[in-house]
Amino acid sequence: MLVASGLGNFARDALDLQVQVDAIGLGAIFALMAVGIGLVFGVMRLVNFAYGQLIMAGAFALAFASERDWPVAAGIALCFAVVLALSLAMERVVFRPLRTQSAAVMLIATFAVSFLLQSIALLWFGPLGKTATSLVELNRPVSVGGVDIRKITIAAIVVAAICLVLLVLLLGRTSIGLHMRAAAIDSSTARLLGVRANMVSVVSVLIAGALAALVAVMLTVQYPTVTPTYGLQETILVLAGVVVGGMTRLVSATLGGFLIGYVSGLLGGALPSSQSQYLPSFLFGLVILVLLLRPDGLFTRSRGLVERV
Amino acid sequence: MSLLEVKALEVAYGGVPAVSGLSLTVGPGEIVGLIGPNGAGKSTTLHAIMGLVAARGGDVLLDGRPLRGRPPETIARSGIALVPEGRRLFAELTVEENLRLGLAGRPSREGSEEDLAAVAELFPIVDEFRNRHAGALSGGQQQQLAIARALVARPSVLLLDEPSLGLAPTVVDLVFSTLQTVKERGLGILLVEQRAQRTVALADRTHVLAGGALRLTLTPDDAADTERMVAAYLS
Repeated sequence: MLVASGLGNFARDALDLQVQVDAIGLGAIFALMAVGIGLVFGVMRLVNFAYGQLIMAGAFALAFASERDWPVAAGIALCFAVVLALSLAMERVVFRPLRTQSAAVMLIATFAVSFLLQSIALLWFGPLGKTATSLVELNRPVSVGGVDIRKITIAAIVVAAICLVLLVLLLGRTSIGLHMRAAAIDSSTARLLGVRANMVSVVSVLIAGALAALVAVMLTVQYPTVTPTYGLQETILVLAGVVVGGMTRLVSATLGGFLIGYVSGLLGGALPSSQSQYLPSFLFGLVILVLLLRPDGLFTRSRGLVERV
Repeated sequence: MSLLEVKALEVAYGGVPAVSGLSLTVGPGEIVGLIGPNGAGKSTTLHAIMGLVAARGGDVLLDGRPLRGRPPETIARSGIALVPEGRRLFAELTVEENLRLGLAGRPSREGSEEDLAAVAELFPIVDEFRNRHAGALSGGQQQQLAIARALVARPSVLLLDEPSLGLAPTVVDLVFSTLQTVKERGLGILLVEQRAQRTVALADRTHVLAGGALRLTLTPDDAADTERMVAAYLS
């Protein structure tokens, strides 16, 4: 009786419009991260575990600007500059030299980069970190049809939709997009045709970096305290989401990222606060279940030739 | 004057020689054939020219410029296009997208649309199935697309690795007549083939490779001399 009543409350809370909108907002942010991770994986066959540290670096840049009362635009510009510079450095110093190595070697390299950047942040900013407050007013709600929706939720959904449309146009309508898709399918043949492998990997890393910077801006609105492990948990969740969706295609990876963000938001909104510590257990339990049932991913077609980007 | 010059090329796989001291030239408007038994080093020669495998000795020159040691994309952009064995089309991309990927090998985009139109005229299927996935084409159509993709790069030298492999006789005729047309446009062609007799008849000269080394050079007059060709293969 108690269990039935608890499940009833859970379902009612999960279906609450407020919770639904917040979950979609979180899903949108996770979808952007999934695009960044999926794009680099598609083009370079590299699972970038250090993606979360790009977000962390961007968030620290925002905190730095915020502490000095810089204008919001200047803070955001600094965030993008730091994340893009770091992305380029990662590509040039680590990813490119290791491009011909095995997936395991590249994964371990990204682990190393991740922990190196965390350690640097720890030394530089300390374990308590800094606070980025420039955009906190985006946390204020606006009333839409009787439902209070935070401005950041609307912004996240709109920004994610615009970014995804722009990315689809870039990949589908431009030469560099075509080269990226070809390199993702068969890098060796693409190079034989004259496609510049270095250019393609730089562009994909820069796009992924720009998305990480955007995510940093949006996450600091919701979680303004920036610590050296900032973005790490989200990255692990998104990596799980990307695998659940299907890593072999950018669309399925993005849907996977959105789904895990949405479910995370839904569970976070519906679980009583006393049980919120169980959220990761629920989520990763679901991840294992989905992978057992659909090891190729929820949104992939049957095994075979698929377009990775 | 030669466009492509291969000088004393040496390639080895794990210490085992695959090509030994191979020298050949390809001039403008020339077809040079490369025939020989399996494992003779024909495809390896093309791969070494394109920078897909490292040469351990010798040199590859295009218009006198050395190419050895350069990455494949740089070699492709310098004016050599390869039609690889098995076509290696992007099956999930459309015919038009495959064709446009060929433009990546051009030094500049100027004249791209004219060249796309020209190959569409040469290979009508490219135009007819423009929006179809390349993987949905027949083997013969795929081969035409692979050659068209190489031509839009506007190369000065075209390398072909067994373009007739697995094709019906009528399609083989089409491929060979297309090579004749391409030759008349002034391109140099290095053709690796298993169809020895047809290659010898088509090419200005045909080198017979065995054990990674050049054994014999045949001319179109030798095409009817079956005994000499068999002897060359068995040498």
